[in-house]
Parts: sequence; C-alpha cells; structure tokens
Amino acid sequence: MTVSPVRTKPLLEIRDLKKHFPISRGLFRRPTEFVHAVDGISFEIAPGESLGLVGESGCGKSTTGRMLVKLMEPTDGTIVFRDGEYEKDVAHIGRSEVKEFRSRVQMIFQDPYESMNPRRTIFDTVSEPLAVQHVGTVQEREERVLELLRMVGLTPPENFLFRYPHELSGGQRQRVAIARALVMNPRFVVADEPTSMLDVSIRISIMELMTKLARELGVSYLYITHDLAVARYMCDRIAVMYLGKIVEIGPTEEVLARPRHPYTRALLSAVPVPDPTYRRTPVEIKGGISKAINPAPECRFIERCPFAAEVCRTNPHPPLEDKGDNHAVACYRADEIAS
Amino acid sequence: MTISVANLETRQVDPTKPLLEVDRLVMHYKIKAGEVSAVEDVTFTVHQGEAVGLVGESGCGKTSVALSLMRLLPNNAEYVSGQIRLDGEDLLQLTDEEMRTRRWKDIAMVFQGAMNSWNPVYRVGDQIREVLDTHFRGQMTYEQQREHMERLFAAVGLPGEMLDRYPHEFSGGMRQRAVIAMALACSPQLIIADEPTTALDVIVQDQILKELKRIQTELGMSIIYISHDIAVIAEVTDSLGVMYAGKLVEYGPTTEVFARPKHPYAYLLLKSTPSITGPRRQLAPLEGEPPDLLAPPTGCRFHPRCPFATERCAIEEPPLADIGGGHRVACWHWEQVPDLEEALLR
Repeated sequence: MTVSPVRTKPLLEIRDLKKHFPISRGLFRRPTEFVHAVDGISFEIAPGESLGLVGESGCGKSTTGRMLVKLMEPTDGTIVFRDGEYEKDVAHIGRSEVKEFRSRVQMIFQDPYESMNPRRTIFDTVSEPLAVQHVGTVQEREERVLELLRMVGLTPPENFLFRYPHELSGGQRQRVAIARALVMNPRFVVADEPTSMLDVSIRISIMELMTKLARELGVSYLYITHDLAVARYMCDRIAVMYLGKIVEIGPTEEVLARPRHPYTRALLSAVPVPDPTYRRTPVEIKGGISKAINPAPECRFIERCPFAAEVCRTNPHPPLEDKGDNHAVACYRADEIAS
Repeated sequence: MTISVANLETRQVDPTKPLLEVDRLVMHYKIKAGEVSAVEDVTFTVHQGEAVGLVGESGCGKTSVALSLMRLLPNNAEYVSGQIRLDGEDLLQLTDEEMRTRRWKDIAMVFQGAMNSWNPVYRVGDQIREVLDTHFRGQMTYEQQREHMERLFAAVGLPGEMLDRYPHEFSGGMRQRAVIAMALACSPQLIIADEPTTALDVIVQDQILKELKRIQTELGMSIIYISHDIAVIAEVTDSLGVMYAGKLVEYGPTTEVFARPKHPYAYLLLKSTPSITGPRRQLAPLEGEPPDLLAPPTGCRFHPRCPFATERCAIEEPPLADIGGGHRVACWHWEQVPDLEEALLR
C-alpha cells in the first residue's frame, strides 16, 4: 500500500536543508572548519506516508530528524509544513511559533531508558504535551491518557497510570513513548531508531504497533534507522544518506531490489541475511565512513567508490536525478553501473 | 587485501574431536531477593575448528554462559553443578591460580562493547604487551614481543604503527580489530566472541566478521559467537543453540535449525527476523515478556507464552532430546511443526 507522494500536496516539503557544526579551535578564535552534517538535502513526505532515512552512524540522519521537529535550528534551507489550514516554512520560526508547530509534530527516541524522567509517573509523562499546550482539564487529560495507553497495548491502562518508568520493561517504555508522541494527535512523527534497543520479539510488536497506529490515525513517519531490514517493514519509501547527502531515494522495494547508487549497493550487500544457505554478493567498497569537515566539492563518496571516474572528479557532487518510478539517484555513473 | 596469519601458530583440526564440552551446567546468581536461575542445565559441545553460536534475547543467559566458561563471573555467582571440560579437563576443578594461566592462553574472550575494553591512558600496544608479560614471563624479549604484536595486528588488518597509538585514536571498527588481536595474543584454542560487532555499522561489521572467520579457519581455532542478531549467527556459525530464560531450548547444525526449527520459541525468533531478501513476510510478534528468573515458571519455562502449551508443559520439564542428526529440542510438542507454521505466521 504505497502512497504516491505526487498526487496529494505533501505534508512536508524540505528544500536544500543544511546543518553545519563549527569545530571550536579555542575560545577566542573564529571557527574556520565546519562539519557539514546535513548538506543540502531535499525531499517530501506525503500525508500518511512513512519515509525511512537510512545510513551509517554519522551520516546526518538524526540531525535531519531533529531539525524537522525543531529540536535543532537549521543552518539553511526551508521546511514547509502543511496541516489543513496551517501552512508555513518552519525552518526559521520564533519561539511562540515553535510551540504552536510542536502541537502537530512529535518525536520518539531510541533509548526508552533515557527518554523519560524517572521521577515522573506514566500519567505525567504521557500527559505532559497536553499540559504544555494547555489542552483540557485534568479529568479530560486523564481520559485521553487512558485512551492512548489502551491504544498502545498497555492494558488495563489504569494499572499503568501511576507507575514509574523503572517498573516497566524496555518494550513497555517504548509503548509509553509512542503514547506520549501521539497524545496531541500529531500529523507527523520523527522516530529515531525506536526499536534498535529492543529485543527481536519485542521489536516486532512495536513495529506492528507503529504501523497500525499510523494507518488508523493517518500519521506520517520519518523513520530513522541503520537497519535496512527494519526499514523494509516500516517504510513506503527509503532515502539513503551518506555524509550529509541523500544519495538515493525511492519506493522501498524498488530501492532494495534495484539499488542504483554504489553506496546503497554496498550497504545492502553488507547486511547479514538470516538464512545460512544464502550467499551475499561481496561488498565492493573499502574503508570506513569519515567526517564531512569542509568537504571538497566533488562527490562525497568518491574515495570509497569502486566506480569513480573522471566525470566524478571534475564535477560537483551529483544532483539527485529521477530515473523513473520515483526512484532518484545522485550518481553520474548510475546508468552505466545499473546492469 | 588478505594478510596471511600463517606465521602465527596454526593447529591441525580434527572436526570430530570435541574441544569444549559443557555438561549440564547450572549457574545461579545470589541476590538479596533470592537466587536467579541464570544458566539451567545447559549442555553442548564445541568441536575442534567449529564455530558455535548462542542466540537469545537479553537476560536469556547467553553472556552468563560465556562468563562461566571463562570463570569470570561476579562474586555472587555460584556454580551449582555440571562440568566444563576443555580437552577433557574440568575447568571448574582448577584453582583460581591454575585458571589464570589458562585464561587467554586456552580460552580468550572478545568482549561486548570494544569501546570500553581499553584503558584510555595506555597505548594499545602496551596493553597487549601486558597479556604477553603475564603468560610468557621471561620467554620473550621486548623485541620479540613487538614482532609478535605486529604479526597479530597484521592478522587483523591493522598497521603495526597503530600499536603506539592510544585507544581514542582508533575508530570503532579498528578498536574491535585490536580487541581481536589481543584475544589472539596467546594463540588460544577457543575464542568466545560476545556480541563482537553489535555497536558497529554494517559495512564494518561485515569486514570484522569476515576477518574473524578467516583467522579462525587459518589458525584452526574454535569459536563461540554470542549474539542477539540472528542474521549474523546464521552467517558465521556451524552449529547453533537457542537459549530462553537460562535454558538451551534447541541446538543443532545451523542450516538444519534454520531450515526446520522445532521449538516454538526458536521458530518465532528465527522466522520473524526481518530480512532484506526474500518475500516480505508478515512477522509474528511474540506476546508477553520473558519470565523473572528469581521464580521461573514450572515445567517448560516457555509455556506461559507458548501457543501450544498443554497441561503437561506446565508440570513436566521437557528434556533437550535428540530428534536425529544432532538436532536437539526441548519441547513436548515439537512434532507439531506444520501446525506451528499456520498458527504463528498468519
């Protein structure tokens, strides 16, 4: 059930988004070096669609997620967000506008042990967004919290209301985090590796829960993960990031079946397969990921790329180019490599 | 970029000969609230040159098994019964001093989280030298030690100069390589790798696992992989044990266990792992949570969560019985596998 991102007006339209972190070289010296954590990325998310953002650690996927929910100020670029009457470029908005925007977007963090205040009950934790936004009376808030706890499978909800995070297992905590994220009825949720700390069997039930709720409530996800297999089950489309750039984006099954960027191909062939008789194609690239500190203008992947040629050295980083079927690749040699 | 490890000591391997026999091992932790039954009646054999995997979820006892083998358990742990025989000799009968000389020399361990296995204020080379000092006191000159360490580093694909660097100068993958080099320092017969690649990115993980496999084959070592990552275990092991709540519930040749898992828990664990290949299957979630090992369920420990549990399961504990071809399973209802498929994978 793939949602086409073209027909309806996108919920989010991100254009040329950048985040550069200065590297401090002392108290009184102006920084001259910047880590280009996110370096000019553009994509859209349709209402109800979930987009997977995948890549290795340090590729900029979490930074992107944080900018989209205004936990981090972008260096440059636009983030147009649409929700009914609401339509605004939220990339550079003031504090009061941020508060209004935050009632429509939420975030789920990776570590269910770190993302909750240990001294606050589950009721406090889940109802906090309501309190911050001054929604409802205490009674109404309690009703809403009970409804959500039931929705995320913490039943009977009354038993959980006044418990503390340490009394819950990792899977239950992540359910609480999901309840908190959904309490304001957001249109858009950034989920940053929500299942990577959980055990396999619990991971699957959380993945199922998130998919089910997204369908029922019409929530869009930006699902950040390093695990391509998880992304396959959660996302309609996948965007692959490498050193601050999106190198490939397209419908999930299409990208997994026909990866076109050399980095995506390497990433996919490095993923272990839970079948002892399966033989993977050997990984073609060498070395590890570095940091994008004042990066050279040419293709970010050039040093590790087995297909690097003259065209890659003499031109700037390749633009994302649509190769049909909404499948876009940022590689000058994509057509030659495809076979 | 294959670097031969031929100049490290290699062994002749007879894959029919057992190297390590874990025999009905029972290990408990004593805590204020009572006794945690962490390892309960675990039996398996690692043959010469064999790679064995132990999988299971957090708290299932897989790391406790590893630490038991190394005799590196915390003070509140107690070996209740059973034997751990290495080349026929029961390690549990050795004195602490005798065990100290065996550790690293006969069994070495690659710990979970290579990031934290190094002391940040000493050069990596000096930390490996310490292991050599302990086990070959007076048998190696300083220069010989250096030469040996350079060979070790070459074996794991690190340049010799890195020996003079501090841990923070290593990337995550390089640190894990250095940990493996340290484990190889005394040419152990057996390496226990506890989540050796868990914190690493897939491409680096792929490199490290390949390297470990090559070293293991070339040196004729045996290896026990401990991991929660079923896909990793599928790729690197010859035999596989699935643990649940301190018990080994299924054991057998990896290809056999993956093709025909018989224990309902093993079935769920193996068949519901997301994969990037094959059809996009509906994954089956497992209801409930693992039991509290202070008071484990009676009978089969999996019965409260098992869709096939009968009255018998709650009373009688199923033994780990051989069902042919070295495939062992601890379940009263393992023959029901066809129905299992239908019931579990909608």
